[in-house]
Amino acid sequence: MKENLYNYILGIADNCLILGQRLGELCGHGPSLETDIGCTNIALDLLGQVRSYYQYAAQVEGAGKTEDDIAMLRPERGYFNTLLVEQPNTDFAYIMARQFLFDAYHYMFLQELKNSKDETLAAIANKSIKEVSYHLRFSTDWIIRLGDGTEESHERMQAAVNSLWTYTDELFHQTEADKVMISQGVGVETANLKEAYYGKVSEVLEKATLSVPESKYFQKGGKQGIHTEHMGYLLADMQYMQRAYPNMEW
Amino acid sequence: MRNKFKDIPYSSKSPSPLGKIDGALIPILAQVSDPEIPVLSILDMGVVRSAKIVNGEVLIKITPTYSGCPAMDVIADDIKLALKQAGFESKITLVLSPAWTTDWITEKGKQALENYGIAAPLEANADKEALLEGEKLVKCTNCGSKNTTLVSQFGSTACKALFKCEDCQEPFDYFKCLK
Repeated sequence: MKENLYNYILGIADNCLILGQRLGELCGHGPSLETDIGCTNIALDLLGQVRSYYQYAAQVEGAGKTEDDIAMLRPERGYFNTLLVEQPNTDFAYIMARQFLFDAYHYMFLQELKNSKDETLAAIANKSIKEVSYHLRFSTDWIIRLGDGTEESHERMQAAVNSLWTYTDELFHQTEADKVMISQGVGVETANLKEAYYGKVSEVLEKATLSVPESKYFQKGGKQGIHTEHMGYLLADMQYMQRAYPNMEW
Repeated sequence: MRNKFKDIPYSSKSPSPLGKIDGALIPILAQVSDPEIPVLSILDMGVVRSAKIVNGEVLIKITPTYSGCPAMDVIADDIKLALKQAGFESKITLVLSPAWTTDWITEKGKQALENYGIAAPLEANADKEALLEGEKLVKCTNCGSKNTTLVSQFGSTACKALFKCEDCQEPFDYFKCLK
């Protein structure tokens, strides 16, 4: 029971941690000052949310671990984020497409998590959704601006959406822990969100004069700890300090 | 990411802290401000949810503005220090629920923000209107004109957006509405 709750919390939180890390990589490297600050602000929100989740997970596990241990000291197979959020930063269209495809899901997910029977998860969801509504507005704006922009920006945004589409279905995939938590009224029944998600995404893509990919070939694995080749590099970068200098603090 | 808040009960039902802060503590807490916005005391910002003296020790609950706000750790340290200087030991807990909203910034706090050069939060739709180039609602803190445009949803800190005045050409911060 406790193990299921623990794994369920990590399944939510790891998406925030890994996407936060990806966005943090852009600090000082964004295409313009405003987008650089925008992306790092979103990273900061996500890392803030992660702290609440990991503090709670540590408490649920009761093994004396801290939020930092959970964030920094797991091996690759121990992270349960979806494949979507670990995809690398290539061009800005790709970064915004990844953000939008996640934000649209994240917003709907939190909307439901607010009603969780678990008071702590409901409290975190209530707090986080206010921030995520800003993320969604930001990424939606960029999908439209780039999709309905120049020939070049349109082409790049379409290529990004086509390439990331294969990772969208996994957002709704349910692990054994998810199923148990859903049956207890703690977890979110993601199956009910799927139609609304693809509806919302299609609506924005159409507004951006982009075509909605028709591919039905989807990748999954992240939620079981089986990641794409990019994850190891991300973790090597993220965990370096804690591995090299155990227990270091700022 | 060090956790300064030992045990975390995540609920505190009442939305308003009025009457939940012992009168004797108000002048002490009023000296503590957000390090990013020194003109705004934590009381006017609405982050102190309750503060009681129990057996000579101060039990205080604070709530973060934004989840990732790095100022929270500094604020917690500053509260401890201010109370210590006034002769109190204290225990600070972080509560997440009910979630902070810009509605909790007092009128005095909003005025202090404006005087400092940060436009105070308006209705939830004000920045959306600006983004969609609809009605202009945010007033320039420099010249008072409403002929302003949103430069970026995300400004110098998580809680602020960046605006520009089309009349006096000055850029200024707007405290984002969070409800």
